[in-house]
Amino acid sequence: MFPYVIKRVLSSVPVMIVVAIVVFAILRLTPGDPAAVLAGNDATGEQLDRIRESMGLDQPLLVQLVTWFRQLLSGDLGESLLSGIPVTRMIGERLAPTLSLAVGTMGVTILLAIPMGIVAARKPGGVLDRAVMSFSVLGFSIPIFVTGYVLIYLLALRFGWLPVQGYRPMSDGLWAYAERLIMPIMALSGVYIALVARITRSSIIEVMGEDFIRTARSKGAPERRILMRHALRNAAVPIVTVLGIGVASLITGVVVTESVFNLPGLGRLVVEAVLARDYPVIQGLILLFSFTYILINLVVDILYTVFDPRIRY
Amino acid sequence: MGHPLRNDAAEFDTAVQPPESRAGLGLRMLRQMFSSWPSVVAAAILIAIVLTALFAPLLSTADPVAISPAERFALSSDLHPLGTDAFGRDIYSRVVHGARVSLIVGAGAALVSVSLGLVIGVVAGYFRAVDSVIMRTMDGIMAIPSILLAIALISLTGASLMTVLVAITVPEIPRVVRLVRSVILNVRSEAYVEAAVTLGSPVWRILLRHMVPNTVAPLIVQGTFVFASAILTEATLSFLGAGLPTEIPSWGNMMSEGRMYFQLYPGLVLYPGIALALTLLSVNILGDVLRDLLDPKMAKRA
Repeated sequence: MFPYVIKRVLSSVPVMIVVAIVVFAILRLTPGDPAAVLAGNDATGEQLDRIRESMGLDQPLLVQLVTWFRQLLSGDLGESLLSGIPVTRMIGERLAPTLSLAVGTMGVTILLAIPMGIVAARKPGGVLDRAVMSFSVLGFSIPIFVTGYVLIYLLALRFGWLPVQGYRPMSDGLWAYAERLIMPIMALSGVYIALVARITRSSIIEVMGEDFIRTARSKGAPERRILMRHALRNAAVPIVTVLGIGVASLITGVVVTESVFNLPGLGRLVVEAVLARDYPVIQGLILLFSFTYILINLVVDILYTVFDPRIRY
Repeated sequence: MGHPLRNDAAEFDTAVQPPESRAGLGLRMLRQMFSSWPSVVAAAILIAIVLTALFAPLLSTADPVAISPAERFALSSDLHPLGTDAFGRDIYSRVVHGARVSLIVGAGAALVSVSLGLVIGVVAGYFRAVDSVIMRTMDGIMAIPSILLAIALISLTGASLMTVLVAITVPEIPRVVRLVRSVILNVRSEAYVEAAVTLGSPVWRILLRHMVPNTVAPLIVQGTFVFASAILTEATLSFLGAGLPTEIPSWGNMMSEGRMYFQLYPGLVLYPGIALALTLLSVNILGDVLRDLLDPKMAKRA
């Protein structure tokens, strides 16, 4: 197993390097003077020089690239053009709402989507299967901001059960913290549940056609045991894979959800940075999100060997 | 990363199909496609939306961009069936024109990403020397969440229909490339391709005649999903205030402007939201049906 883990860890390094180069290239390949692009229309020559200097844009391209990698390796993401605050510090201050949202959504998804997929797979084409599949198409199709506003309209404005929006830290009391996360998690988990329920269903249906299931049936194992023990265990690899890949849509969803519900997390920070054209912040957040995505999928790939001992690379 | 993802390239079955006349095949597919009511409803909705987009000026009751401060937040009337927004603009006419924007963005992104992805994918699949460089670049682009990549591109270039289209298209290309590449890799070892190589056919002829036709069916399916995903991305970007210029009446822009008044006038957000959700829903349902038809191997599973 260990040679595989090491090989897999090493193979994600080039992807990270490519991501860093792409992010580096976006700014430098933009037509025109990058400093002028960053400074906006009514910048003075002095401001331009300051930006050029602080981001090293006056250096040759290769030197800039080397500096960029050196900075990244030392965990330095630069400073906000607006406030001068280090990007890493801004990220630290905004981490809690985003983590709460992401972890909550992940939890709700695993708790709901996998049972939904199992139920649907028991009788393909049956009523429950159709219900789950319809939910899944709806989940894919209705944008998070539409779901979000419908939820606000119903649960907050119409019935007044939950606060409209906002965020309170856990130190303000557990309920004050939780009640403001219920609707965001509901809105965000729609796509994710759709994705995971669908793959659970299709992988279980596929496994159910295997020989070992027929063997288990013919020796008289109860259907329940066949589903949970033989089918689900063998369907685990695609399910875990999709949980990992789904993190990409989760990240997009976080950006949108935090805007709809006014949560002061990293997603809001992206939007604020875009509106203020604060490029170092955007750049830092793209790297953070992409690296998180790559790392989660790395962990998923390593988990394969735990779920399915047959896998040996 | 070779994950068994939805629409993943490796899933497509490129085995030789039994011969059937082209017309017969088309007819059978059409019949199969509309044998269930969800696909019929989806097709009807999509046709309605396409017609709305085509005839938007005729269907509108007012100029979608005409501002009239005296009529702010007007209620429903004959002239303004869904009322007016914060600038006194007619909501109904704006929703109708929004269909145009969405379909243009969706179709544009689908066409461009499929054609660019096809070229890059064929090159990567056939010319092994450049394969790993291309594929590592694609892996890198795919690892960046698409909305963030689009946001970064737009924040630098400024928002216009063109830059938004580019920003939406670029993140879609890697998936198409992987799909095309895997089809090319699969058919490379087919006997008819090897025969053509042995006979000394020129490379362009082998590619165009023997290999590229195999990518058409999976690309149609992938194109539908790109179409839906591009519409969603445009709406999301505009909703976040990082998309199309605000004077363009797109559904995302309408929702973005309506947010502030949502508590008093929920319709400002809900009407364009419903239009958007219906469009995506119908395209996704038809995409699923298409995939089941064109890709029998996947159909058994999903």
